[in-house]
Amino acid sequence: MATEHKPSITFHPEPRNLPGGEREYMMDVSTSDLEVNMGPQHPATHGVMKILIRTDGELVTAAQPHLGFLHRCAEKIGENVEWLQYLPYTDRYDYLASMNNNLGYSMAVEKLLDVEIPQRAVMLRMICVELNRIASALVAFGTYGLDLGAITPFLYAFREREWLLMIFEKICGARLTYSYLRIGGVFNDAPPGWLEEVSHFCDVFEEKWQEYYDLLMVNHIFVKRTADIGVITKEQALDFGLTGPMLRGSGVDFDLRRDVPYLRYKEAYDAGAWKVPVGSGEKGTVGDCWDRIFVRVQEMMESLSLVRWCLENIEEGPIIGDIAKTLKVPPGEAYVGIENPRGELGHYAVSDGGKVAVRCRVRGPSFCNLAILEDIMPGTLLGDAVAIIGSTDVVIGETDR
Amino acid sequence: MTVLLATLLKVLVIFGCLISAAGISTLAERKISAWIQLRRGPNRVGPFGLLQPLADGIKFMFKEEFVPPGKSRFLFILAPALAAVPAMMSVAVIPFTGRIAEIDGTPILGSVADLDMGAIFIMAVSGLGVYGIILGGWASNSKYPLLGGLRAAAQMISYELSMILIILAIVAMSGTLNLREIADAQNDHTLLGFLPAWNVFLQPLAFVLFVICTFAETNRHPFDFAECESELVGGFHTEYSSMKFALFFIGEYCAMIVMACLTTTLFLGGASVPFWAEAPWFIGLGSFVFKAAAFMFLFIWVRWSLPRFRYDQLMALGWKVFLPLAITNIFITGLVLAL
Amino acid sequence: MPTPYTALFILLGIVVGFVVLVTVASNLLGRKRQNAEKDSPYECGMDSESPARVRISIHFYLVAVLFILFDVEALFLILWAGSAEAFNAAGHGALVFAEVSAFVAVLALALAYVWRKGGLEWDR
Repeated sequence: MATEHKPSITFHPEPRNLPGGEREYMMDVSTSDLEVNMGPQHPATHGVMKILIRTDGELVTAAQPHLGFLHRCAEKIGENVEWLQYLPYTDRYDYLASMNNNLGYSMAVEKLLDVEIPQRAVMLRMICVELNRIASALVAFGTYGLDLGAITPFLYAFREREWLLMIFEKICGARLTYSYLRIGGVFNDAPPGWLEEVSHFCDVFEEKWQEYYDLLMVNHIFVKRTADIGVITKEQALDFGLTGPMLRGSGVDFDLRRDVPYLRYKEAYDAGAWKVPVGSGEKGTVGDCWDRIFVRVQEMMESLSLVRWCLENIEEGPIIGDIAKTLKVPPGEAYVGIENPRGELGHYAVSDGGKVAVRCRVRGPSFCNLAILEDIMPGTLLGDAVAIIGSTDVVIGETDR
Repeated sequence: MTVLLATLLKVLVIFGCLISAAGISTLAERKISAWIQLRRGPNRVGPFGLLQPLADGIKFMFKEEFVPPGKSRFLFILAPALAAVPAMMSVAVIPFTGRIAEIDGTPILGSVADLDMGAIFIMAVSGLGVYGIILGGWASNSKYPLLGGLRAAAQMISYELSMILIILAIVAMSGTLNLREIADAQNDHTLLGFLPAWNVFLQPLAFVLFVICTFAETNRHPFDFAECESELVGGFHTEYSSMKFALFFIGEYCAMIVMACLTTTLFLGGASVPFWAEAPWFIGLGSFVFKAAAFMFLFIWVRWSLPRFRYDQLMALGWKVFLPLAITNIFITGLVLAL
Repeated sequence: MPTPYTALFILLGIVVGFVVLVTVASNLLGRKRQNAEKDSPYECGMDSESPARVRISIHFYLVAVLFILFDVEALFLILWAGSAEAFNAAGHGALVFAEVSAFVAVLALALAYVWRKGGLEWDR
């Protein structure tokens, strides 16, 4: 993407003779594209991502995401530390949804181990993962408002997120990098009163959700900025292998929790505890930015009712299976994909029977979702470009790993 | 001589008040945004953070200055001045209050200059401010400021036409271009026996359009495209630092104050107090400040509540909604006047 | 005998003086430590790969030209607006209004024409 530096105005050396003795001097005025680095230090890239943008005036003609500023060799580390020791590293790729990362990795190893997970641990896992999904969606919603210039909804969203982080702190001692879900179960039982607090949170959050919806989602300016912008068709979404809200925003009804069930999601779904929200083009076209962000906002409510279902069905019991301190995993390979707030988070683990993984591959959802930017950004204005980047809801820690 | 001294004193006081009001507005902006966002806002410098603007000013003074190397150094330094001077100058014709005193038979009026073409003056001078922004964006020799400057130009051509037509409708009703007389014309009778004959009641459509236009005029949210921190990082002022950066902001806040005052003058009867025609000048001044402060609050309230438009949307709004409405408005005004 | 313009120029003097004063003062008071990195234009932390001083396309150019056309037309209305009441008082209100409404109608018609022709659609 190099700019040609040709002179902007070229005179044709010879004037053209017109009938009547007049002469015409031809002049070609050409304009060139501007090549702008958007990022790594840019407020709209949600971290240290760089998008090289070519603009014609303000019209984006090409966009190319550049990654790698936050690369920390997560997969290679996985092949060098013991199975249990790797768990804290999983926290750090999608740092907004660490519970989900823990779950994905644990489930991949558990599949190799073939170990029984106690029922209470399953329910605690579901509660934490869904609460984490709400926290993650709150960040996505709040920062999306920021991208479009609405600063206040961000702080309202963080008010509830703060409570969620406090809830997590009470159960595992950490606010961001939990390492709470362990191979074989969970690390700690819920402290006294914790389940009641979660239930209280659910009641309060339901009202707050309505507040977000009224404040931003149906705001006229917000709708104008997001509806019909960055439309991803159903075919495009499938071709690019999009997952999660990006896929559902384009109208594809697919959720790993229901379609490749794990934990007790299927049971909850059959009990009518939650639905899969799908973009319907309510304010514009199916698959526009509004649909994507709306799917996330809707998912908060679905997660909430899932948490309520779990609170009703949780029983007393042990919280971790029979797992050795120094874990030796039987030889074999396992892939487990789970529904992360951003899409399918896949963990592929290969063991040769030793204490350390032979291969520890991660399929990151936002990494895969990012690829579509190059296709949908050209032809938009710079302001739309920001709206589109925001609607992909990337977490750079996970794209770069 | 006494008159000249009194005039000098008055000008100094008005200028000092304008600068202080700009400082207070920055504090108000931060405090009100903090209250809206469940925060505390500045509360360390002085009681309730009241000295914060002063501290900011001193800090700006001592900040390192940046001037991009190259040919455009002079223009780069000139740009903030060019943005600030028109904004501060346009306060000249605002009639803050009625007659203050009379010296040697010359009335000392509540405005810097009681120009007969006040309305034209304020439109002309406040329209100049955009040159500073365009120039600053270009002289920065950087891409984001360049785009910001371009956006400022795009913005200017979107709203200014409607704004002029709206003001003309008011001018036609009052029969004068003098802002003091426009304000006075709203106070000589009442509507339905109890409503003051403010233009806000006579011209509600014009009022709404004008208030929206003032947001665009002052580069304020939701039309702050030239600045637009989430798209253009800082827009036209990305490369500016120290007092040059501050001048842009003094200019912006002065423009906001002037626009709030202009709205008060054109639509809310200026310094008048309802049902008290003979109010002394300082009561009138208080009334004026109160009304203008309400508009300042609106500026701040809107900024912290709404998302931002895209700049072509403002253009569509200006040309496809405001302009037809403004033309209709001026037509209806003329019709009513002629009948 | 001071006219209103005296006060205006006094204000201009004060404003320009203030602006020059703060600019010069901050220049003198602020520290100066230049280096090559500091002098480079901001581009999100990356080195600029192409200059910013290229001839770029201004898509709204046509709208800008239209603005000037309409703006000049609006200027003509100022004359009428300033003296509409005087005309009414002199009994010529209806006639002058007829003329002005013809003028405004032309303005509206021009806008409708531009709109129809797509002169206001510039961004795509």
